[in-house]
Amino acid sequence: MGKVTAKSPIAVRVAALAICAGVGALLARAVLAIPETEPGLAPLVDANLAVSGVKNAVTAVLLNFRGYDTLLEIAVLVLATIGVLSLSVTQTGTWDPIAAQADPVLSALARFLAPVMILVSGYLLWAGEHAPGGAFQAGSVLGAAGVLLALSGYARPIWVSRFALRAAISVGFVVFLATAIGEMLAGGLLLEYPADLAKTLMLVVETWLTVSIGAILISLFIASASPAEELRRRSGGGE
Amino acid sequence: MSQTDLYTLVGSALFVIGLYALMTRPHLLHKVLALNISSSGVFFVLVGIARRVGGPVPDPLPHAMVLTGIVVTVSSTAFALALAKRIYTETGTAALDAADVDVGESLGG
Amino acid sequence: MTSSGWFFDILLVATLVWLAVRALAEVKLFKSVVLFIAFGLLVALAWVRLSAPDIALAEAAIGAGITGALLLDAAGHMRGRAEPYPASPDAEGASGGDTDG
Repeated sequence: MGKVTAKSPIAVRVAALAICAGVGALLARAVLAIPETEPGLAPLVDANLAVSGVKNAVTAVLLNFRGYDTLLEIAVLVLATIGVLSLSVTQTGTWDPIAAQADPVLSALARFLAPVMILVSGYLLWAGEHAPGGAFQAGSVLGAAGVLLALSGYARPIWVSRFALRAAISVGFVVFLATAIGEMLAGGLLLEYPADLAKTLMLVVETWLTVSIGAILISLFIASASPAEELRRRSGGGE
Repeated sequence: MSQTDLYTLVGSALFVIGLYALMTRPHLLHKVLALNISSSGVFFVLVGIARRVGGPVPDPLPHAMVLTGIVVTVSSTAFALALAKRIYTETGTAALDAADVDVGESLGG
Repeated sequence: MTSSGWFFDILLVATLVWLAVRALAEVKLFKSVVLFIAFGLLVALAWVRLSAPDIALAEAAIGAGITGALLLDAAGHMRGRAEPYPASPDAEGASGGDTDG
């Protein structure tokens, strides 16, 4: 690797600036060139909303019209979680409370807020049928509740085994895939909901997606936040 | 100039700001931040484009794409940070040594 | 759109760009992350302006909340130890090349 003087970053910066100016100019040209009004796929979504099983267009797109994207997306989430869990030294997904001596105000606030956030998560899941909300928002709030608890020094409850955590991480993908294959076996296409069952099936899939997304976000935080000291000690002595 | 133009232009600007920082900032945490800001720029362009329908209700399709994009971004951020922390643990630094890299190499040519 | 709406939009996007630049130009990791969390919160506001409440809900919980917690944790780990290399060799006056091992 060729050594260059300490001034090289300036050359790099000038080159990067030139590249970015070029990319920026092209991007600006491109976004200004798009037509001022263009219905896009909105009319298509509107026309088919009635048979989608839900009244919220975004939920209909996510779970029904473009269910394939969402299925692959939850697969990406599971893969990223597997990656983070593999890098975590403890591999248990347990949380070593950095805030073990959390001050009582934080602790009490977390205990008060967490149930409210879980309730909000449930509401968002249900409201996603007809209003802004759905599995992703509900799962995010659920994950945030878990992160709040972890930050306040609450460890993983003893009744949540390692297996249970892993099951929760993957259940959304598994249920989604099973639904998709079930529809195919029932004579339809992959991810083609029967019109009369669409609402029920989507609610089932969304519920498990919420559980999974919440578990994934909590695991991403807890596993990646494993204590650096321990990491140092183990990698220093173990390899 | 419409609201679509404003937000798609700002999205492009954020993307470029992130791109520049990704290339020039040596610290891995700054690179992760840069990627996050770039992805916000992409989301702005998509949601800005969704406003073009003319009516008060935007096109839901880009919204659904951005929604999945946000969740994918946080998972990839977590993975990148886990890798960066591992690099820090193994090497004692999370900054790529800018002076240790050939100019031509860092520009891919 | 009303002129007050325009004023708000322009103020919002100017703040967003400013925060993005500041977050990436900042030398201290902790300050960078805090600026980024502020950026994430304002992005959620921008989604509301663009009539995308679905995205705003997810962004508020994820963009500012969980990503912020992850980044703060990472910044804490990386700052907790004396680094053999300055936090930002990019800073003015930093002389690179003498600390690599």
